[in-house]
This record gives sequence, C-alpha cells and structure tokens, in this order.
Amino acid sequence: MTAHMRLGFHAPETDEELSQIVLEAAESRTPLEIMGKGTKRELGHAVRAGAVVSTEAMSGITLYEPTELVMVAKTGTPISTIEAALAENDQELACEPVDLAPVMGYAAGEGTIGGLVATNISGSRRILKGAVRDHVLGIKAVNGRGEVIKSGGRVMKNVTGYDLARTLAGSWGTLAIMSEVALKVLPVQRESRTLVFFGLTDQAAVEALCIAMGTPYEVSGTLHLHASVAAHLPDEGLAGHGAAVTLIRVENFPASARYRTSRLRQALLAYGPELELDPDRSKALWDAVRSLKMFQGGNNPLWRVSTVPSRAARFIGNLARKIDIKAAYDWSGGLIWIETPSLTDAGAVEIRRQLAEFGGHATLIRSDANTRSATDVFQPLESPHDILAAKLKHAFDPLGLFNPGRLYRDR
Amino acid sequence: MSTLPLPDPDRAVLARRNDVVKQLKKLAPQAVLIADVEGRRTFEADALAAYRRLPLVVVLPASTEEVSAILRFCYENHVKVVPRGAGTSLCGGATPLEDAIVLCLSRMNKVLEVDAANRVARVEAGITNIAITQAAAAQGFFYAPDPSSQIACTVGGNIATNSGGAHCLKYGVTVNNLLGVRMVMVDGEIIDFGGHHLDSPNYDFLPLITGSEGQLGVITEASVRLLAAPEGARPVLIGFDSAKAAASCVAAIIASGIVPVAIEFMDRPAIHVCEHFVPAGYPLDAEAALIVEVEGSEDEIEYLLGKIEDIARDYDPISMRRSQSDEESALIWKGRKAAFGAIGQISDYMCMDGVIPLSALPQALEAISLICRKYRFDVANIFHAGDGNLHPLILYDANDPGQLERVELCGAEILKLCVELGGCLTGEHGVGIEKRELMYEQFTDEDIDQQVRIKEELDPSWLLNPGKVFPILGRDALKMTIDLTNLGAAPAVPGQDAEAVAGAVLVEGEERS
Repeated sequence: MTAHMRLGFHAPETDEELSQIVLEAAESRTPLEIMGKGTKRELGHAVRAGAVVSTEAMSGITLYEPTELVMVAKTGTPISTIEAALAENDQELACEPVDLAPVMGYAAGEGTIGGLVATNISGSRRILKGAVRDHVLGIKAVNGRGEVIKSGGRVMKNVTGYDLARTLAGSWGTLAIMSEVALKVLPVQRESRTLVFFGLTDQAAVEALCIAMGTPYEVSGTLHLHASVAAHLPDEGLAGHGAAVTLIRVENFPASARYRTSRLRQALLAYGPELELDPDRSKALWDAVRSLKMFQGGNNPLWRVSTVPSRAARFIGNLARKIDIKAAYDWSGGLIWIETPSLTDAGAVEIRRQLAEFGGHATLIRSDANTRSATDVFQPLESPHDILAAKLKHAFDPLGLFNPGRLYRDR
Repeated sequence: MSTLPLPDPDRAVLARRNDVVKQLKKLAPQAVLIADVEGRRTFEADALAAYRRLPLVVVLPASTEEVSAILRFCYENHVKVVPRGAGTSLCGGATPLEDAIVLCLSRMNKVLEVDAANRVARVEAGITNIAITQAAAAQGFFYAPDPSSQIACTVGGNIATNSGGAHCLKYGVTVNNLLGVRMVMVDGEIIDFGGHHLDSPNYDFLPLITGSEGQLGVITEASVRLLAAPEGARPVLIGFDSAKAAASCVAAIIASGIVPVAIEFMDRPAIHVCEHFVPAGYPLDAEAALIVEVEGSEDEIEYLLGKIEDIARDYDPISMRRSQSDEESALIWKGRKAAFGAIGQISDYMCMDGVIPLSALPQALEAISLICRKYRFDVANIFHAGDGNLHPLILYDANDPGQLERVELCGAEILKLCVELGGCLTGEHGVGIEKRELMYEQFTDEDIDQQVRIKEELDPSWLLNPGKVFPILGRDALKMTIDLTNLGAAPAVPGQDAEAVAGAVLVEGEERS
C-alpha cells in the first residue's frame, strides 16, 4: 500500500481518530502542525508541516469534582468554558493563566486548555500558587508512534512511574498530541486588595516586592510597571499618575485580606505605599494585567524574560542603556515583559547578551513574521541541554513528526 | 524469603569486585568506601526490610566531582549503581543488588546557600529534609514538603520519589517546590537543570527527574523554594461515628472554599494504637477522626476553625476539640506522626500508599477491610484525606513463614482496588521493587513503553537502579502468582464486621506494649 496522507486540516474527535492520523503521518513521513484554536500560532517559529492537526473537535469537560478539586477536560475545550464551569462552584484555575490572545491580535478567552498546558504560560499568581504545570495531574496523548498513552491520573497525588504529564507541559506540541488533561483546581480567592506605590525606581520596587514575598501574608501578585507601561492600564487613577506603578496584591477571605494588606503596608512603610485599591478596583486591575492590557494594541516586539528577581533591575538597567525599552516586572522581578522598538532582531542579541551575564532566558512573544523567521524565538540551547532535548524528543516522537521547527528552527 | 525476584547478579562483575574497590579508592580519594562484609551489611536493605542483598561495595562520595568520577568508571566498566539517600524508602527504591555499588549521598549534606531575597535554598542532596527548614528558620522561612520521615530522609531521596507529606494539600509535593538540580548522568556528565529562576527554557526536565527513582541520573545538589513561615497554625481534632461522615465532612470543607493546610484521617484501630503510644486525647469512641489544621494570625485561625467546626456539625461529630495552645497542637501532631512507630511496636506491618478519589473513600475503606479479612490480617488506616492518599497498615508477623507472601498479595489487592476506583498505586512512596509488577494494573504496554523509552535514551545499558519501577516478570506472571497463592488464603469470614477487626488490633496493642 502506498503511504499517503490527506494534506490540509484534520480535527479528530476521538483518541482513535487522532491515533489514526498520526499513524498515517508516520507512514507517509508527513510532518504535522499541532494546534488548538491556533491563537498562539504566531508564537514560536513557523512550522514546516504537510498537514495541520487541531484538537478543537475534542472538546468538553469529562469530569469535574469540586469537592476533590479536580477537573478533567478534552484538550480542545476553550479556557472560557472551563472557567465558566469552575466559577459556578466558586473555583478557578489557580495559576491565573495569561491570555495572550489579545496581544497577538485575537479575541480574549478563545484559547484552549490544551494550548495552555502545552505552552505553560502562567500568570501573576504563579508566585503563590504555582505554574500551569504544577496543576497538571494527568494527561492522555498520542505519541509520534501513533500510540495512545496516559500518565498521571485524576487524583491529587501520584508518583506511579515517570511523570510524563508535567513533562509535556510547556513542550509546545513537539513531544505528543495531548487529547485530555486532568487539572487541580482551587477555590476562588474571595477578596482581592492591592497596595499601590508610585515612582519607585526599578531597584527599589523589586526590593519592596521581594520583601513582600518574604512575609507570611501570602502575596499573590507583585508587579512593577515603567511609567510608559502603566499609562496603558485601564485604571485612570493609576494610568494618569505619570509615574512608575508598583502593585502588591493580597487575596483572601475579606477580613484576612484587610488584615494582611494593613500588615504589608506597615512592613513597607519605607517605600511609601500611597493607595489601597478596594476589591472591585483591585480585581478589575489584575484582570487587565492577566490579558496584558498594557501591551495590547501595539505591534512592537514583546519579550517574556525569566530571571532571578534580585538581578532583574540591573539586567533591565543595562539593557535600557542599549535599547529603548518599556518593561513590566511580574513575579517580584522573576518575570519581565519587555517591549522593544521594531529593530531587525527585535533586540534579541542584546537581550540575550545581557541575560548571559545575569542568568535566565528570553522568549519572543510578539513580532512581525520577518523578524520571527530571522530570530531565535526561544532561548537557544547549548550543549549538553540541546542533546538531552533531542533525546527526549526522540523518545516521544522518533520520526520528528510533531511541530518541526516550532521550538528551534533546525529541529 | 520474599516473593519478588531481583535481577540475577552478573558473575563477571562479582569476580572483579576487588578491582572495582581498588579503582573507586583511586578515583574518589575523599569518599568513604565500605568494602567489608559487616559494613556492607548495614546497607543491605532500605525500609522495605524484607528484601536484602549484600551490595558489591558501598561508596559515600564527598563531592559532585567524585560522583561524576564514580559514575564514569561504572559506565565504562558496566557496573550497576544503586543511588541511596538515608535508606528510608518504603518500596525498596534503594534495595541493593549484589553486582551493584551502593552510591550513598548522605555525606554530602551541606547547605550551600540560603538566598533570602529570592527565597531559594541551594543544598547538597544528602541533607535531611528537616535540616533545610532548620537552616532557613532564622530568616523566617521553611521548606514545605514534610514526609513523616523528614528527620531522617534526604532531599535527594525526596526528589527521587517526589515525596509529599501531611501539608502538601496546601503547599504541593516536592516537584512543586523544586527550582533546580545538579545531576550527574550515567556517563559522569554533570548537568544543571533549572536554577534560582522560575520556569525552564525548552523542555522542563525537573518533573521528569522528580519521581524517577534514581533511574535517570544521580542528583547531587538541589535548589528548593523557601516559603515564609505562617504567623501561626492550629488543628482541630474531630471524631465521627462513621468513616462516611468523616469523608463527607472533608468534602464539605473543601466545597466551602477553605483549603486547610492539612486534613489527616485515622480510623478506629489507628486512633487506638496512636493514643496508646502518645496520649494525645484522640477520641477513643470514634470510628474515624480528622485532624484539620489551618494557618494564619490568631484571628484568622479562630475564624477558619470556627467555619470548619460549623461545617463539621452537619455531620454529627461525636467530639470536637480545638487545640488551645502550641503544646496541645504539637501533641495532636505527635500522635499522628508517631503512628507508624506506634504500630511498629505492636506488630510488623506493610504500609500501603494507594490513592483514591475522595468520593470513593467509604467504599474503599469497606473494601480494604474485606480484603484484609480474606487474607486474615488486621489493618489500620491513616491517610492524607485532603488528597485521597491512603496508608493502610497491614499488620502481620514476619517470623511466621508464608505471612510475607500473603501480606504482599493482600497489599497488591488493595492497590488494585485503588486503581479500579479511579486512583493510583502510589501517592508518595514510589514504585521501587514493591509495586513494580503492579504497574500493569495502572498502565497499558504503550504507557510503560513510553516511560521505558525515556529511560533508555538517558541510560541505555540500564545501569542506574535497575530492577525497580518497571515490571520484569511480564503481565501473565503476576496474575499466575496471585491466582496460585489465593488458593492458600482463607475465605472471607461471613458475619465478621469491621469492628471485630478493629477490636483485635486494640487488644493486640494493649497486650504487647
């Protein structure tokens, strides 16, 4: 039998169909582009694929036990569907996933749960509650041999065999095509309060944020925005101030949220806390942060940098002397969103040169197609990590069928 | 005598023992080398003491470089390596092999750095779990995962098995609290994964390494997340007249939006044994007791415990005691943490580690009691109720020929039940040799093959901790063993209820201690 495969778009509805598609692709050596709804398709390198496989037809919540804090869903399920079901039981995805769709030019809330797990892009609350991958309990997937595999399960603790479930988180569809994920969910944070500081230098702000993280008050958001970034916040009082804005969020039962904010205010008196946002205003503000409101609307390149908090301000200081940047520090400085002017390499060389000194890694989130094709979107890997990555890839997808070129242009 | 076979030793390696010892001495001059029979005997088993093998030689290196030199030598000479921390594994994760060296990390036990600004501690892998918290306490921090063996167990072992503990309902397990490791690969190459920052570039190897039971490399250093110690913590002890009421109460607490830092469950036999060992005021007339702990300021604790007690009242508790002081809290926990020791005083026991969905708890406890009765064993149940991680302790007599085999079959049946109810074989102890052959109960051939392929990419010759995690007997072998031995087990005794079983444990405890 001659191996051939229908090119174009495949949207399997079951594991068996998905497996069949991969088997055909394997037989005909047809590389596949893997996606959910495609809202992150412009993120990462363009895939050299002969056909597209979307998980969007594998949709729906298959199990939800609020009293066990667990939800199982097909990977094509929109995040908005999942969050709506959780909200009915006063629960949520605790990692507060960032909705990248608006900065990439898509409507908010369109991404799928599979896309979220595959990219592992966590939001502000990650510093307290953990990353997307920390909430992954189990997966079902099809590997590059067309085999349906599972790992983990639907219970909170599971060390039976190697943890392939969390390993697939953040693998950008290059190891296996996930068809179902089991997630740990948590009760909603009852009341949100935010302390606001104006005009702190980057160094002072990161210091204050790190002090806040070292208190027992379970701070769930630590953000510092350059004045030029803060100007795009939807909150008039903050945007119109014309200064850098530093935010510290506490979420808890109402009395606890009030108590803890007041304690933090005391602990950070030296930094001059100027405002305390009430729950409604606080929630609206962090919802806007979650969809990166401050970077929406523009086309300039946007980077996501992971580094060590205490080195973040010096890194940005050095970088700002070379490139005209706008920065937002999240995770008390451990995560930095950087907007650069539209340079030919989007500032990649300079950003990575500085990072080599300070430690960490950078991912290009938004850029035009030309820049994207000419730049390393993901942090280039050096030996021995590149060799290990190739081995892991080979263990899951020996023929290199899934998303070739997506993470690294030559693989 | 034990029922699970270990791989046959390679005679060629056994014959080269003296040469191996000589070479190791030369390659790792700072290491402690234990080559004499008496010394090696100390390492012949871990906490799954039924399985013993005299290792080829035991080596306790002093540095990552020595680990690297040792592994490179073993790689080049095809010598197997069993990594070991404190040897507290309950599943035989560190059971030696006669043709393998035991690479014990316990001398590498230093705190290398407490980075308060970034809330990270960098430590050597042989440090005990509790020592990290001790090193960070002065700056107001602690390391969250707290397995019962935390005084003895090492962080390297915790990473190898992805250890949990009583407080992981709120703080997560080891994988959620690990930022980086330095690992020596099978060929001696030293690789750093992660660091002091969050999230990995490219593939995230940390979750793959965590829980890989020493089969992918030897961890020599770890960077772990430190958390600010809470202002205070206090438990309430609640007794119920049925396990069902206790389980429903747990579900209601979680549904209310409160995530306590710990919810521990004890059944009647466990309550009695623990109370006898440490008089902590456990409710002796209860069928089940919960220890529910919350954290925060005094006011916050009062508020949360008040809410929890309100919820509990809907499930007709027969007793409810809120701890009134730090001393009382410590006592309540002491009873629970001493549980394994207390039961160990009255009997040999096999500690299971299955996980079930919480909603299946009453059904699971009933079935466990039936299974144990069928095999003629008493059982005490202690577990982390918030996450469904069961620890049935099956009491048996190791000196009575045949009982070990029977207790293993009994345990296997309990774990199969956990899988059938939607759970898994092990929540925090690991697979080791103990649950190796049961992997087929949870996984298909394809599932296991996928894991094995990763192992073979990173350790193609299976030199690192072989004979663990993956079944070596094949699907049918296990079924045959169980069917054959089932013939020897007593049938269930009709009419005997759970109370009689519970009573038997109590009487035994009182007579012996």
